[in-house]
Amino acid sequence: MQAVFYFSHVTTASCDACRQGSPSFSEKSRGGVRFFDLCRRFQRVQTDQLPPPRLQLRRIDKRFPGCHANKAVSLTLQPGEIHALLGENGAGKSTLVKIVYGVQQADSGEILWDGQPVHIGSPAQARALGIGMVFQHFSLFESLTVTENIALGINAREPLEDLATRIAEVSQRYGLPLDPQRHVHDLSVGERQRVEITRCLLQNPRLLIMDEPTSVLTPQEADTLFETLRRLRDEGCTILYISHKLEEIRALCSQATVLRAGDVVGSCDPRENSARALAQMMIGTELKTARSSISGTRRGEARLQVTNLSLGSLQPFGVDLKDISLSVHSGEIVGIAGVAGNGQNELMAALSGEHRSADHDAIHINGQPVGRLGPKRRRDLGMGFVPEERLGRGAVPDLSLADNALLSGYGRQALVSRGLISFRKVNAYADRIIQAFNVRTHGRRAEARSLSGGNLQKFIIGREILQKPKLLICAQPTWGVDAGAAAQIHQALLDLRDQGAAVLVVSQDLDELFTIADRIAVMCHGRLSSLRAARETTVEQVGLLMGGLFDSADEWEDDHGA
Amino acid sequence: MSIELLDATALLLVAMMRAAVPLALAALGELVTEKSGVLNLGVEGMMLTGAVAAFAATVSTGSMTFGLLAAMLAGMAMALLFGFLTLYLLTNQVATGLALTIFGIGLSAFVGQGFVGQTVEPMAAVSLGALSQIPLIGKLVFGQDPMVYLTLALTGVIWWFFARARAGLVVRAVGESPHAAHAIGYPVRLIRLGAVLFGGACCGLAGAYLSLVYTPMWVEGMTAGRGWIALALVVFATWRPWRALLGAWLFGGITIIQLHVQGMGVDLPSQVLSMLPYLATIVVLVLISRDSTRIRLNAPASIGKVFHPEG
Amino acid sequence: MAHKPSFMPRLEPRGHASPSMVYLTPLLALVVTLLAGGLLFQVLGFNAPEALYTFFISPLTTAYGLGELVVKATPLALCAIGLALGFRGNVWNIGAEGQLTFGAIFGGGVALACYDMEGWWILPLMVVAGMVGGMLWGAIPAFLKTRFHASEILVSLMLTYVATLILSLLVHGPWRDPEGFNFPESRIFSDSALLPVLLAETRLHFGALFALAAVVGGWFIIARTFVGFQIKVMGLTPAAGGYAGFSQRKVVWLSFLVSGALAGLAGVSEVAGPIGQLQPTVSPGYGFTAIIVAFLGRLHPVGILLAALLMALSYLGGEAVQIGMGLPLAVTGVFQGMLLFFLLASDVLIRYRVRFGRPQQEAKA
Repeated sequence: MQAVFYFSHVTTASCDACRQGSPSFSEKSRGGVRFFDLCRRFQRVQTDQLPPPRLQLRRIDKRFPGCHANKAVSLTLQPGEIHALLGENGAGKSTLVKIVYGVQQADSGEILWDGQPVHIGSPAQARALGIGMVFQHFSLFESLTVTENIALGINAREPLEDLATRIAEVSQRYGLPLDPQRHVHDLSVGERQRVEITRCLLQNPRLLIMDEPTSVLTPQEADTLFETLRRLRDEGCTILYISHKLEEIRALCSQATVLRAGDVVGSCDPRENSARALAQMMIGTELKTARSSISGTRRGEARLQVTNLSLGSLQPFGVDLKDISLSVHSGEIVGIAGVAGNGQNELMAALSGEHRSADHDAIHINGQPVGRLGPKRRRDLGMGFVPEERLGRGAVPDLSLADNALLSGYGRQALVSRGLISFRKVNAYADRIIQAFNVRTHGRRAEARSLSGGNLQKFIIGREILQKPKLLICAQPTWGVDAGAAAQIHQALLDLRDQGAAVLVVSQDLDELFTIADRIAVMCHGRLSSLRAARETTVEQVGLLMGGLFDSADEWEDDHGA
Repeated sequence: MSIELLDATALLLVAMMRAAVPLALAALGELVTEKSGVLNLGVEGMMLTGAVAAFAATVSTGSMTFGLLAAMLAGMAMALLFGFLTLYLLTNQVATGLALTIFGIGLSAFVGQGFVGQTVEPMAAVSLGALSQIPLIGKLVFGQDPMVYLTLALTGVIWWFFARARAGLVVRAVGESPHAAHAIGYPVRLIRLGAVLFGGACCGLAGAYLSLVYTPMWVEGMTAGRGWIALALVVFATWRPWRALLGAWLFGGITIIQLHVQGMGVDLPSQVLSMLPYLATIVVLVLISRDSTRIRLNAPASIGKVFHPEG
Repeated sequence: MAHKPSFMPRLEPRGHASPSMVYLTPLLALVVTLLAGGLLFQVLGFNAPEALYTFFISPLTTAYGLGELVVKATPLALCAIGLALGFRGNVWNIGAEGQLTFGAIFGGGVALACYDMEGWWILPLMVVAGMVGGMLWGAIPAFLKTRFHASEILVSLMLTYVATLILSLLVHGPWRDPEGFNFPESRIFSDSALLPVLLAETRLHFGALFALAAVVGGWFIIARTFVGFQIKVMGLTPAAGGYAGFSQRKVVWLSFLVSGALAGLAGVSEVAGPIGQLQPTVSPGYGFTAIIVAFLGRLHPVGILLAALLMALSYLGGEAVQIGMGLPLAVTGVFQGMLLFFLLASDVLIRYRVRFGRPQQEAKA
């Protein structure tokens, strides 16, 4: 495997690095050369005069209680390459990069930086070496300004005024313009990512780690990001790019290492492999996808009708909902796309009844006005609801699956009579969910927190579907879920639709929406675009809408003002 | 306005500022603790421990400096206990804070048993000769005891720390999001422990002021709820140092007015007047909490939540 | 974060809460408290075994002592069961002392108003009045919390001071015993207004049965009812409660009304039981000690019953070492505080395991 890496590099990224390397080489040999340098020189000659790899991981091993996150993982990154780290959720990618960035320590194994063994005990040490990292869940502080945030994340100490100037300069140079004085809570998710990237760039990184960077971007924003990354690569920076989006890896990366269950299961040049082949390597089995997305049944009556809903956010830095209209009919799946933090959470709270609207008629479920009703009353009308935050909203982490079945099932499943809980019924209901939705757990007494993300999501969706909802609202149904469970969940949603239910799915994952949705709308800045048929819509159009260009996308569709 | 009236006003203001010292010190300490994301409800317990330690040390050594030092150390020892439990053993902050108060009440009563009825020489006011004789501002500006000035200085320093210093920025960041701070490499628990210890030292001093300067003697449970009022002041101040000082003066004023009204023989039962500070606390809390968004905007986002670095 | 030296013990999360630790940790805390207490006695120059014997065993050697144990455990259990209900729901009523005082005021008020009367109805009326009094005093923080988001911790605590002052005002003024030589005390209640003694030669009174009833009732609410489930969910994960359609306001109100009523019941039982009149102070801090009792009893009514007996013993023990060995009475508070600390500290064992030895091999080379 090592050899494969080396050879591919002779042909790709290493040539310019060699050219840069040679002069200093001869300079050194004119002076006294130490034994050590000699050895290195010898090594370089052996490997076609390559400079040492920027970073080499040798047999990195890390265990957590109940989980072997990295099993003797080895990985080599060359100067000036964009290297993909591929793997499913829970494959050990995040653990591995946290070890590289010094957030966690490996149990065993060694790390070589520029060919030298190093110990990376903390992020500050990593930064001192020249390693920068952009986190998936940003490590930003909402109530602080851009400058303050960046000052916290760099080793250099300089007056904040000087730093602000540098931030403006560097972010501009790399096509990521930022206002250093703004508070982070005012920024869009894409802008927040710029803060993280700028923070890394200010330290002239030689290795930049990016953890799922495009999951929060519109397709257009992602393209801009790719340009920045290519430019960095051309300047000699190495980029370790973590993703499970295969197409973008094929477009961007020249090397890929695939992790599965903590093991390196292969490495390849992604440009020479199909997305399907990469997926298979990642999952280990043939990829099953949900069957065709287009509804066979005819669209029936409106089960959810939202009319000019405006609602202020309850969260300190939330997004207000502005004039939202939407209808979901029986026998269809409606998808809502959008970059996270554009009001989706607020819309979900308004639909579930957790945040009631003053306008009783703004929301109708099954023809009944429900704006001022709470979650219980809306459930009674046939609504099922799967929240985005599955551990901590959709389920109580510390309670058993049986208790969690009671959590939303108490009404429509008649699990409570005269204020007393019928434990017999609760247990039977929990068992039914576990069986029908193939939830892998050691029984209904298991705590919700002990389940993997995919299994817990199957349990929650199963709990809602078994209540035979006329309307199911589902936020991020497969976010952070392994591919097998995701396919099962998609199938369950499609089946529910085919049985005549109305389904509303909110997702950041455009692939998912295009797979299952019949109609699609996009949220941006608390507004919702008009709905359009998924078949007649392109990713580019949705991308423009995600960026807030409602008018231009509508012109494109030619139904502006509808 | 006659000189007498001016002097009387000055005396009243001086008394108010003195009454405010323990509240202000405790509130400032708790403010720093809370800024780092830790809610320590043990203020009352730490104040009592500080009060008894100060009194015992002063009686034993005859030196008030030793007394103040002992108070700070005692407060810090209590805070260390709290910090160890909440930060390293991940206990519930509310429950642990309550335990600290209960423990502090018992411990101080236990230790102080032998000191009941003794007295110490109260702390002398600063005297700047002629300056202190100027009507109104003489006593007010130049004639207070050193702790009043210390309180003022501390308020300024804490303001500067959070508004200007890089270390203050780090503490704010830790209180805002310990996970993010951990991810970029800050020792979250150590920073929080530091803030908790600072809070303990301040509460210890606040207690010392009561037993050495304000009263000055040791009485069981002598803080009489001041620790809880200080906690309310932090909310009232929306975590801003100058507002905390202002709040303390306000409450000092209420205490003093209540005492003066009692002294003037107004026909109101003393119990009704004694209720005033407690009722005022409730009123202030209600007024400030009504706007819950403002509280949430100003409160450290992670306050009261357990943080474990591994997840 | 900087890595720790390898000999440091580490906390390792368990996959599941350990059920055995839930029951073992209170015992562990008790044992450690005994050891620490023994050490404290030794340091103070007393014979530790003798002092521990005097504190923990000697009060239980007489029938009267056992009766006293129950007398003191009664208000503790009553208050703690109510508090535990709230604590489960993340509602922090720490003003049980004030609610107890108000129960005493209301119940005692009825007794004084009916001073010249006789009848079986007086006691039930007092009990109801006491519970209503406690509920009213508990309703204030509940209202301010649900209406204005004012911290229930601070409000309920401030109200404790106010309640004590109101009681003091009453017994110094309008309710002072006209034949009491100006002592700030009310008349001694008439026989119709006193709870019957259950066991001759002791002060064990009818109130103990209230406490037992509260244990059963509390258990029923927590274990069987949907309301108990709602409180639990709201306490553990408020967002999940909101998702399920449970109401935070309801949980706050319910917690305060129930705990207020029970504390009020404790108050009226005190004045109609062992005290027999209204005094400026009707409780040596039962309302605060009940907080410890609630935690020590794992917020479970049966556990609370046992914890209340233990805490009652700490009061008796404090008196015993004061009389027998000349130690200050405050030793009780020290023991109570220590016990709660050790319990909280040992709670970590429920969710985490302690690992010694080499933790993690660093990635050095």
